[in-house]
Amino acid sequence: MSQHIVPMRVYFVIFFSLLILTAVTVWVAFFDLGAVNDAVALGIATTKAMLVILYFMHVRYSSKLTWIFAATGFLFLIILLAFTLSDVLTRDWIPVSAGWGGGAQ
Amino acid sequence: MSTAVFKPSKSQLADQSDGASNYLNAGFSAKSWLLTVDHKRIAILYLISITLFFFLGGLFAVLIRLELLTPQGDLMQAETYNKMFTMHGIVMIFFFLIPSIPAVLGNFLIPLMIGAKDLAFPRINLLSWYIYSVGGLFTFAAIVFGGVDTGWTFYTPYSSTYSNSNVILVAVGVFITGFSSILTGLNFIVTIHKMRAPGMTWFRLPLFVWAHYATSIIQVLGTPVVTAAIMLIGLERLFGFGIFDPKLGGDPLLFQHLFWFYSHPAVYIMILPGMGVISEVITCFAKKKVFGYSFIAFSSIAIAVLGFLVWGHHMFTSGQSVYTSLVFSILTFLVAVPSAIKVFNWTATLYKGAVSYDAPMLYALGFIGLFTIGGLTGIFLGTLAVDVHVHDTYFVVAHFHYIMVGGAIMAYMAGLHFWWPKITGRLYPEGWARFSALVIFIGFHLTFFPQFIVGYLGMPRRYHVYPEEFQILNVLSTAGATILGVGYLIPLIYFTWSLKSGPKASANPWGAKGLEWEKASSPPSQYNFEKTPVVTEEAYDYEPTIWLK
Amino acid sequence: MAHEHAALQHHFDDMDQQLEASTLGMWAFLITEVLFFGGLFAGYLIYRTKFPEAFDLGSHELDIKFGAINTAVLIGSSLTMVLAVYFAQLGQRMKIVFFLFATLVLGGTFLGIKAVEYSHKIHDGLLPGPGFTFDSPIADQVRIFFSFYFAMTGLHAFHMIIGAGLLSWLMYNAWQGKYDSSYNTPVELVGLYWHFVDIVWIFLFPLLYLIGRN
Ligand SMILES: [Cu+2]
Repeated sequence: MSQHIVPMRVYFVIFFSLLILTAVTVWVAFFDLGAVNDAVALGIATTKAMLVILYFMHVRYSSKLTWIFAATGFLFLIILLAFTLSDVLTRDWIPVSAGWGGGAQ
Repeated sequence: MSTAVFKPSKSQLADQSDGASNYLNAGFSAKSWLLTVDHKRIAILYLISITLFFFLGGLFAVLIRLELLTPQGDLMQAETYNKMFTMHGIVMIFFFLIPSIPAVLGNFLIPLMIGAKDLAFPRINLLSWYIYSVGGLFTFAAIVFGGVDTGWTFYTPYSSTYSNSNVILVAVGVFITGFSSILTGLNFIVTIHKMRAPGMTWFRLPLFVWAHYATSIIQVLGTPVVTAAIMLIGLERLFGFGIFDPKLGGDPLLFQHLFWFYSHPAVYIMILPGMGVISEVITCFAKKKVFGYSFIAFSSIAIAVLGFLVWGHHMFTSGQSVYTSLVFSILTFLVAVPSAIKVFNWTATLYKGAVSYDAPMLYALGFIGLFTIGGLTGIFLGTLAVDVHVHDTYFVVAHFHYIMVGGAIMAYMAGLHFWWPKITGRLYPEGWARFSALVIFIGFHLTFFPQFIVGYLGMPRRYHVYPEEFQILNVLSTAGATILGVGYLIPLIYFTWSLKSGPKASANPWGAKGLEWEKASSPPSQYNFEKTPVVTEEAYDYEPTIWLK
Repeated sequence: MAHEHAALQHHFDDMDQQLEASTLGMWAFLITEVLFFGGLFAGYLIYRTKFPEAFDLGSHELDIKFGAINTAVLIGSSLTMVLAVYFAQLGQRMKIVFFLFATLVLGGTFLGIKAVEYSHKIHDGLLPGPGFTFDSPIADQVRIFFSFYFAMTGLHAFHMIIGAGLLSWLMYNAWQGKYDSSYNTPVELVGLYWHFVDIVWIFLFPLLYLIGRN
């Protein structure tokens, strides 16, 4: 069979890394770092997700095709988020006409 | 046990007439159809179900056109009319166009074309038909209980807060059917990656397969987002979330973003498989190798990917940010490039080919012309300033019917005629087929061309009354729709007739290239090929002769 | 192909092809799942951008202890899941069953804690709907936070329940000795699914519980 058997030690290392990162993200959340808080929280979450994907889901040891598949989902998620957010962030730059901008209430 | 005695005698009968066992005479019980995992039989199940939905959707179209015969609302009230165009859209899009070519022709042909015994996941394939049917039943129930009036787009906050029609029931139906589409796409992707016969490299694949690969990408990536959006509508109606309700601080545009993230690419779910069909038919009836194989192949993928970057062109007048609209407008022009590449390549394939005009080819040529008109008017609509003028008018209606009816259905008809001998083992009557192709072409133009004009003149869509000066164009349109309807009924009759009485088809009646023609019988045997074929040549390896006919 | 494996389906040439196809199919399904949750994440992102104060207020109502413990529980379940796959690859029947069971227990723990959390929130009148009460001038916006809280964690919990069903089915089959070093695809595929559900929570935890703690 073409299965790659990963040593058990690796799984425990990843497990403890994930726990430590969880502790760190909780700890950091209590400091007021302004916008940096969000960046750190998302950065840590992304790191944790990467560890799970690469090791627990064996992508690190998988074919290029699996890499492409795994990346595609996140790439298109980013497209969805980016365009949608671009609308929300820039909607008020030009008031389209009276009553459109703040008239929702 | 009595069936066990009965079955051999019946298959013996079939043996006598056909001389060979095939997927059709492999079993005759209802169970052998309803629990089949054979991709060919599942394709037939889909063919029957989508045909039912096509004529159901057509019925709503008839009622719409009848109402629009006069400027007054004399046939139905405004609310009834709202339900008519909503049900027409929902049935035609989610239950006919989306599954049409992939679930019928794709399902039947992809394993045959790549030299596989079946799709990668036969049971999931059957499951997806059942999911489709359950979704269809919910939608049908909603129609019986009085229909839904939100428009097929389910725009919020009307759908989420105000509409009193069966929104939940239809939402559940569309939600469920979405999973059927996802599973079909998933199945195709894995099949094309992992089930190709020895020697069948990516660049030997028929372009039909490339087109379905691109379609599947959209089904897998796009459908879940609209599913989430529809789920949110349901939650909003049930719990009063307020996500889409401006009164509670919500943003109705969020729904439109999620909806069109899927529903623009969904246009390509409908048209890309059609483009695959056209590539096959054009080469076969020009008896010439396709011009620019790799351009056509990659343009399918390009359309699938670029299709995800343009959804905001449906929201130019919705209050979406002007800057975002600008970006979406520019990107919309980009999608025109791969579509144009295809049209140019098909045209170039015809050049110096030995062109014959059988029914599939007539449909294919119709497709090229109608798709071009539909595509070019799409560029008008993608232009910000023009869109502000014609948005929500009949110009838009005409545009997308040129793509969906003129494009997708023409291609579906082309494919159905082209592979009918393969699927059923019978020939359809060619004369009638050419005649009905012509009727459909004429009826189509008469129906939808006036709508470009009446839309440009300012007639809004989705109203059952209109100013009197628009009547002539509307009467023309209704007359065209009548002709179009007749055009669709003729094939229904002769196809049904040919099942029993059509002449037997040989394995390759068109002299076409491709494994499904050259290595499989008509109809194919239960596991497609006697032994796994080995591919040694490029696709469309027609003799490079200049014919003098 | 001297001897065909009992688990080989008729339309595949060999076990390798079957395994590769199944794995790829699972990944394609997970792509779908990414975008399914993605629709909700997009909604969250928009309203978080529009109403940052309301989201901070709402987030303060959540109990960070529950969230953190559940994160640890779920990470633990991912570990036991991956060990179940590991022992499936080695073909050690009882260990497969044991680690599947451990995963199931941890998953159940997560759902139990979640249920306690839900009942607190519903008791406090934070479930969006007619009974929603929140004492603030921006209560409507806080309601949107809780809409996303319930929709996202609810969808996540639903995936956990499906996962628990799959684990039970695997346990039964593993007990019957269906999985060994030459065939363990279902264990591996359910593993992929389970880890994906874990990843969703890894993002939900900071987005729902940690924002605006400072
Ligand atoms: Cu569009």
